[in-house]
Amino acid sequence: MAKFIISCDEATTICDKSQYGEATFFEKVKLNFHFLICRICLRYTKQNAKMSKVYKMKAHDCKKENNCLSSQDKEQLKKQLQELEA
Amino acid sequence: MSETSTKHTLDPNTWIDKYADYLFNYAVTRVNDSDIAKDLVQETFFAGLKSAKNFEGKAAERTWLVAILKRKVIDHYRKINSKKGKAEVRMNFYENSDNEGSWLEERVPQTWDNDADKMIETTELKSALDQCIDNLPEKYAMVFRMKTIQEFETEEICKELDITASNLWVIIHRARTQLRKCMEDNWFNS
Repeated sequence: MAKFIISCDEATTICDKSQYGEATFFEKVKLNFHFLICRICLRYTKQNAKMSKVYKMKAHDCKKENNCLSSQDKEQLKKQLQELEA
Repeated sequence: MSETSTKHTLDPNTWIDKYADYLFNYAVTRVNDSDIAKDLVQETFFAGLKSAKNFEGKAAERTWLVAILKRKVIDHYRKINSKKGKAEVRMNFYENSDNEGSWLEERVPQTWDNDADKMIETTELKSALDQCIDNLPEKYAMVFRMKTIQEFETEEICKELDITASNLWVIIHRARTQLRKCMEDNWFNS
């Protein structure tokens, strides 16, 4: 039985892990068991799902970005490389 | 039969045009700072040039340069990891002694009022989030971004930064706990 009892720190760690679909079955059992005695972690979990949605928006934005070096930076790099080669 | 396996060669004069953008993009998705990424790319080319004589031709030019850049990214991670105290804003959320692992009373998550309205995608929401991520200790921000924003696999991050999976989850947990609180104070309940 003691194995099922976890602290809020552990419970929220599992909750964070499960946001990425990477919590194990046993971890999820422990988390749900913890919810029975802790409403704060239940609240954390609900808010965490909302935070995940916000992060998704951000991730979606970043996918669209294409990072390039400016031609100025490239010219400077070329010069520096040539100096090193010489 | 003669040996036909092609041996790869290096041609540093074409490096910048061929690989600078690729390497820069690789670096920036990991360190999330274009100045640092630029420095890492520069160091990679310099290191490549220096060790060009050791190039055995077993790997393609780009693969070889990426391998050098990977080392630079690890070095960068170790550097920010060892920066102790300085501008560290890591917050404790759980009790340490008597009631170990329970929420600290003053850090307990509060209810969010009207959060449905606050969840609508706006530039204000995004800039509030950016600010909160920037407030994280550098190491947390880096691992959090790689996992959550760039959506790298756990295994890949562990390999690239040379950390264990449980190490990664502790970092993700701390980052997310701090971010939730920051967004609560500055967005949801502000």
